[in-house]
Amino acid sequence: MTGGSYEAIMAQRGEIMRESLGLDYARYVTGALAFDYERLLADTGYDVDTARAVQGRTAVGNTPLVELHNITALVRSIASPGRGARIFVKDEAANPSGSFKDRRASLSVHEAKQRGYAGVVAATSGNYGAAVASQAARAGLRCIVVQEAFDSRGVAQPEIAEKTRACEAYGAEVMRLSVGPELFYVFLRTLKDSGYFNASLYTPYSVLGIETLGRELALQAREQTGRDPDVVIATHAGGGNVTGTARGLRQAGAAHTVLVAASVDLAGLHMASDRDFNRKSFTTGHTGFSVPFTVWPDRADVPRSAARPLRYMDRFVTVTQGEVFYATQVLAELEGLERGPAGNTSLAAAVAIARELEDEQIVVVQETEYTGAGKHPIAQLNLAKRLGIEVRRGDPRDGEPGRRIVIPEHPAQIAVVDVDLPRLRRLYLQHAVEALPAGAKPSDVDLEFLAADTRSTRTYVEETLHELGGKAG
Amino acid sequence: MAERIAAGTWVEIHRVVLRPGERAPSVPADTREVPLEMRVKGFLAEAAAPGEEAEIVTPAGRRLRGTLTEANPAYTHGFGPPIPELSTIGREVRNLLAGPRGAP
Repeated sequence: MTGGSYEAIMAQRGEIMRESLGLDYARYVTGALAFDYERLLADTGYDVDTARAVQGRTAVGNTPLVELHNITALVRSIASPGRGARIFVKDEAANPSGSFKDRRASLSVHEAKQRGYAGVVAATSGNYGAAVASQAARAGLRCIVVQEAFDSRGVAQPEIAEKTRACEAYGAEVMRLSVGPELFYVFLRTLKDSGYFNASLYTPYSVLGIETLGRELALQAREQTGRDPDVVIATHAGGGNVTGTARGLRQAGAAHTVLVAASVDLAGLHMASDRDFNRKSFTTGHTGFSVPFTVWPDRADVPRSAARPLRYMDRFVTVTQGEVFYATQVLAELEGLERGPAGNTSLAAAVAIARELEDEQIVVVQETEYTGAGKHPIAQLNLAKRLGIEVRRGDPRDGEPGRRIVIPEHPAQIAVVDVDLPRLRRLYLQHAVEALPAGAKPSDVDLEFLAADTRSTRTYVEETLHELGGKAG
Repeated sequence: MAERIAAGTWVEIHRVVLRPGERAPSVPADTREVPLEMRVKGFLAEAAAPGEEAEIVTPAGRRLRGTLTEANPAYTHGFGPPIPELSTIGREVRNLLAGPRGAP
């Protein structure tokens, strides 16, 4: 394997990215901060119909939209009269590798094949690795998955151990790493060494692949209920799911559907901490990813992320680990669907949100994922108990990530906590100020870009930048 | 002395990618104190004993070197015992559905 110190490889980052993506992000730069996001996406040539055709060839997509009659009845039993929306779930576990991530992997692998790469590399500890490995197997490409998998004591996160097994089952090479953000260095070195395609979660291909999900669920809801979904809830981590789903909904003409991003609250646990690594009972869909990626999407493993969640979310809520484990158990025992757990973050949020809506309204939980050994509430809670984390029944508000997981005693205890979007917009603009080259002032193009990227107005951006600049000075 | 493992056996190798002093400046203190380690599986290129430096051919066809840890490493993740805090949820919610307002 190619040598190269940490500093040497990081210094070659731009060049490695260009080689491994066949995409020159510099072409899309329009300002000190701005880039032409829509053109970056459009130039790939994958509109939603093309994406559908590519996905159809590998049995990706067209998953069932399942009405959860019993969970709806449960919610109505705790709602005021006339309240309790109908809850549906998009059963994405029906995709070939068991999650919606197949949609994201399909376009990347198709593109890699078209461009003549011999293989693909992805940095992911989650379902996406299995999805890339599965798609690569089908396309006859080699696959390398780089995972953050175990702590310094050698203890593997059980959910990630299952992803290792799944990737290896599909014939991929899995580089398992201990905890730390230098995974990115190993990823770059692997791209350079292999000459493979960078199947990042944050390329245009990966995000465009999800547009089909947003469109399908809108069309299915219309066909099954005669109306557009009133609310779609998407589990939110790096922002791709929120971005692609919202774009797909728009393409289906579902202009009034409210898109809610939902994450598991892991406040207080550090994402790069060796000690905290196994104290997180969720490996994705949590605030450790979703908050940083919302307030600055360009922290990803590509020069500019195609996942820009603040542009698309109407609301951002959190639920607790205990509430998601409870929802996972209810889904299995009332609906006969053993799924999750991380994908059920949006289901837990749906219980709380549907309870407040009118009973003729429609809530769509936008994904499920396969479950199995390691990737299961039982495995996660056994590990938590071994690490001294208290697990008990009670008011989920009494939980504390890494110390106490409180599983509700009653569905009425499930609640969502709204994340303060104006605060996140301000944090985004703070990052923008820090990203500005020294002495540079944002141009008109930059201001318009920042307004679009924060889903605000140019006046708001100017005023906030002025305040932030004033504080900095 | 550990028994030599035959060439062609599915094995795991281990290596230290970054020593504690080489970690990125941004990592928290507890992570900075430990090395960044890597474990990869593949087919052993030449016979070797656990603990020796060895080369593997990975499923992607790459040749990687590291310390040989074991032959045919097991997948040890599973479920463990059922969680009592989850076991009664099904019964509870079915009872709620059977109540006066939840009846079909």
